[in-house]
Amino acid sequence: MAKHKTPMLDELEKGKWPSFVSDIKQEAENREKTNVDLQAPKDACSDLLGLLELTYVDKVVHWKHGGIVGVFGYGGGVIGRYCDQPDQFPGVRDFHTIRVNQPSSKFYSTEFLKQLCDLWERRGSGLTNMHGSTGDIILLGTTTPQIEEIFWELTHNLDQDLGGSGSNLRTPSDCIGMGRCEYACYDTMALCYNLTMEYQDELHRPAFPYKFKFKFDGCPNGCVASIARADMSVIGTWRDDIRIDQEAVKGYVGGEFKPNAGAHSGRDWGTFDIQKEVIGLCPTHCMEWDGKKLKIDNKECTRCMHCINVMPRALRIGQDTGASILFGAKAPILEGAQMSTLTVPFMKIEDPYDELNGLIEKVWDYWSEEGKNRERLGEMIQRVGFQKFIEVCELEPDPRMIQEPRSNPYIFWKEEDVPGGWDRDVKEFRKKHQR
Amino acid sequence: MGIEEDKQLILDTLKSKKGKTKFYLKDFNGMFPDRKPRDVKKLVNQMVTEGLLEYWSSGSTTLIGLKGAGKQHDAEDEE
Repeated sequence: MAKHKTPMLDELEKGKWPSFVSDIKQEAENREKTNVDLQAPKDACSDLLGLLELTYVDKVVHWKHGGIVGVFGYGGGVIGRYCDQPDQFPGVRDFHTIRVNQPSSKFYSTEFLKQLCDLWERRGSGLTNMHGSTGDIILLGTTTPQIEEIFWELTHNLDQDLGGSGSNLRTPSDCIGMGRCEYACYDTMALCYNLTMEYQDELHRPAFPYKFKFKFDGCPNGCVASIARADMSVIGTWRDDIRIDQEAVKGYVGGEFKPNAGAHSGRDWGTFDIQKEVIGLCPTHCMEWDGKKLKIDNKECTRCMHCINVMPRALRIGQDTGASILFGAKAPILEGAQMSTLTVPFMKIEDPYDELNGLIEKVWDYWSEEGKNRERLGEMIQRVGFQKFIEVCELEPDPRMIQEPRSNPYIFWKEEDVPGGWDRDVKEFRKKHQR
Repeated sequence: MGIEEDKQLILDTLKSKKGKTKFYLKDFNGMFPDRKPRDVKKLVNQMVTEGLLEYWSSGSTTLIGLKGAGKQHDAEDEE
């Protein structure tokens, strides 16, 4: 028997989609029956439903957000949340969120997941969000006295740390990379782990003007969408040519191999037409197929990945691999959503990552000093100009940083960059240019 | 200036601000215009560890204040 009547929430269980209301009800029932020695309120889930129903009735939020909860020595990882109807819903009097740093590429053993669920059933509400938008494991709802206990168990028994929240480096996240993917141009897992360890202080002790996110995509397919979501996007790429196996190309054309490795096979799309499905879709028109041989003008290739995705057996990424580094993506809180801007066209990504660390620290030092409170890196770049930003990064302007001439961004000459400065010999000039 | 004097300067400055109890890290940088933000951050973190200051987080933004100053969760009516 449900503790609170929730007619409005029940509506959300209708229809064909999975319902979070059904999930919470299921956990509320489990908590009624369980023999586990619960350390968080037994009524957490049923009171959560009751509170949400009241929110729908009142059309007003009943959560108080933020506060001074955390573990000793850390300034992030725990997000305080309190209910403003604690007498009516004591199970959610305090209902803090804990962010847990997910393992690189989200590889788990079932053993680990069982341990995590046991921990959260006992010391929290039992409700999780796998995973939050940034990539962390989100544990929803626990009480203040449980926080240190949870942290101790996470770090000692599960060997897992808290993630980032507040004005700090958020939990770095990466694609599956070399763990399973042949397109990975560098080891995303190694880099993600290395930078997580290198920047522990920035992750746990908030000292930036606002949040800062790293994300690592192994190739331009961008499985963690770093270009749209990360203040610093590291996207795998290559400098040499796409490797072509001409026999395999013929295999695709002849129907021996399924395009897209058999994906999209739910219906009959007709026979594979390389001209229409690959050559014709190349955004830079740098491919040619004469019926026998596939040619690619590699210097025109923008690494869109389409041809490689369609014919993975025939086309492979180059061998001189590394990454492009872009800065400044953000969600649309101010001004509008922004994608990252290409800043370093190519960098080798190899242990010990000194070159990358050097770049990161230059950017952080400048942003910490010049960034306004609650100003994302991308907003600061817009304000001070891209020219200033690359100066801070100690980079030379490069045509690859712009989309097309006279579009983004304008780079102006400075007097010290021009031989002879602004002064010129007018007589010499007039020899070639009439008045 | 020694570390103890720096800490005292921070405590005195925060106490002198009337009506405001939570501060951005940049406000602390302002107290030490000649120092690098990274050094100021270290000092502030040390003071948090010692219990002189405390973090306040909305989840997205972090502010820093004197330990116990301002509205505390359970003490809203006692202000």
